[in-house]
Amino acid sequence: MSELTLTVMRLGFLAVLWLFVIVAVQVIRSDLFGTRVTQRGARRESARPQTDRRQQAPPQQRQQPAAGGRRGRNAPSKLVVSEGTLTGTTVALQGQTISLGRAHDSTIVLDDDYASSRHARIYPDRDGQWIVEDLGSTNGTYLDRTRLTTPTPIPLGAPIRIGKTVIELRK
Amino acid sequence: MSSTNTSNTPTHHTSTIGSIGTPSRRNTELALLVFAVLIPVFAYANVGLAINEEVPSGLLSYGLGLGLLAGVAHLVVRKFAPYADPLLLPLATLLNGLGLVAIWRLDQSKLLQSIEQAGTAAPRQLLYTAMGIALFIVVLIFLKDHRVLQRYTYISMVGAVFLLLLPLVPGLGQNIYGAKIWISVAGFSIQPGEFAKIVLAIFFAGYLMVKRDALALASRRFLGLYLPRGRDLGPILVVWFISILILVFETDLGTSLLFFGMFVIMLYVATERTSWIVFGLLMSAGGAVGVASFESHVQQRVQAWLDPMKEYTLSRAGQVGHSEQAMQALWAFGSGGTLGTGWGQGHSELIRFAANSDFILATFGEELGLAGIMALLLLYGLIVERGVRTALAARDPFGKLLAIGLSGAFALQVFVVAGGVMGLIPLTGMTMPFLAYGGSSVIANWALIGILIRISDTARRPAPAPASNPDAEMTQVVRPS
Repeated sequence: MSELTLTVMRLGFLAVLWLFVIVAVQVIRSDLFGTRVTQRGARRESARPQTDRRQQAPPQQRQQPAAGGRRGRNAPSKLVVSEGTLTGTTVALQGQTISLGRAHDSTIVLDDDYASSRHARIYPDRDGQWIVEDLGSTNGTYLDRTRLTTPTPIPLGAPIRIGKTVIELRK
Repeated sequence: MSSTNTSNTPTHHTSTIGSIGTPSRRNTELALLVFAVLIPVFAYANVGLAINEEVPSGLLSYGLGLGLLAGVAHLVVRKFAPYADPLLLPLATLLNGLGLVAIWRLDQSKLLQSIEQAGTAAPRQLLYTAMGIALFIVVLIFLKDHRVLQRYTYISMVGAVFLLLLPLVPGLGQNIYGAKIWISVAGFSIQPGEFAKIVLAIFFAGYLMVKRDALALASRRFLGLYLPRGRDLGPILVVWFISILILVFETDLGTSLLFFGMFVIMLYVATERTSWIVFGLLMSAGGAVGVASFESHVQQRVQAWLDPMKEYTLSRAGQVGHSEQAMQALWAFGSGGTLGTGWGQGHSELIRFAANSDFILATFGEELGLAGIMALLLLYGLIVERGVRTALAARDPFGKLLAIGLSGAFALQVFVVAGGVMGLIPLTGMTMPFLAYGGSSVIANWALIGILIRISDTARRPAPAPASNPDAEMTQVVRPS
């Protein structure tokens, strides 16, 4: 076997090996996935009738059996950010724990200088009541005006303040 | 999040956050897998051309064999773990295939054929690979949910201790070149430590999941470190003691380092306390120094690490108990240079004993050079990265801890072996996962990849569609007109 062929094969093999590594890294790059943000701003007009209808919903609710036993009629269905850079963001409440903080793996990633990386979490207790708990944050979590020291049940519509961000639970 | 709406109603932009429906990525895996089978086939042809000046006669059967094994594994993943990570299987297949080529290449060496058991290692390694992939398939089919393993926390502990003690049983254990880590059953040598690695990870994950709050929160702060309470130190002391016992009775530095290191990594991940790492490093350093002061086998390894040239000269002078392996391995790396000598054109067979198992990395270092070694280490790094990524994505704490433990053990093993062969740390009798010749190692590591794939499938599986909330649905309103 000629020297030239072997040299070409030697360099070719290294090239192929590195190509595999590069392809694998590309796969990782395309594999990064986080959360999808669906913007509804442009469709505000079409969304409007829905909110109107929801305002008229209360007389309707009598006809609905209380959904899922424990979850009463007043159970919140979504979490809404009402102040701060994330204003307008909603997260559907489906019994999952929602973590708040600047850490990139939080459910709601706060872009707020006054928030800690793992600031607080919101989770349902066994009765389906939503609880907010401060996770040892530097600047504290406030429910209405009181700073939280223990896990506290969240009343519907009460503002939870983290730095400049305000969050509420809504139906 | 800007709204283009310019009407004078207050801007009311809403956005919802939800998880992205992850694609299953099985076709990506298949494409990478084809690539991962073709590379070793290329290498195999290259070795044949370089040594015998002809394409090896076994090329077709070898390529088909590896391709078939990989194909079956892929189909099983497609059926039983459709959302699993697309990289783990191709990476493991590529490393295993390259290992087979290097073992076959060393089989061709006349020098090694003259030493015992060399010459037929490659077909046996292919058989072990088939057994490993069979175990991988069994894991995927029968382990429907990794959380089942949580039930066997304490059984795993007993099992792991049993496996670790097996080599000490008289008549069953074998003392091969100073390390008592093998048992011999029906003519096969088995290294129970390789399997104990996985079983022990299951125990640690189950134990730490329950105890982590106590370990993390009940502590005093002292000099910037969180000092755990005395009674919480219990488990780490027990594991440390067991790994010291392994070191003393089985004289195997690598296994003992692997187990203790895995425990410290999992402890750190479970509690997020840096102090555990500090304690772990201090304790392992203390233990290693303590044992090395009276155990001659360990002392000899340290001597060979500090001065491999002296060891080489003593061995050349015919002194019993010295070995020239470490120096030969360093020379192999050195003569490889940046781009290597090319497949089949090096002289790594001069390492003689264990050239195709513990020292296989030296063959790669000589024939593929620094460029090839870097690529190989990156491939290992990618496997570990995917394991850690799986741990991040896993939703249950047990799965998180198990994935981090398994990938941590894998990473430690690569470090201990590669560091030993390259002279960074004292050499220990462990095998490079997937590359080195050895049945237990290949089979156990395929099982490890199987468990990681199972966890990643659970972690990446899209959440089931949320039950529609009756309040949010559009309701028909009957207006009194």
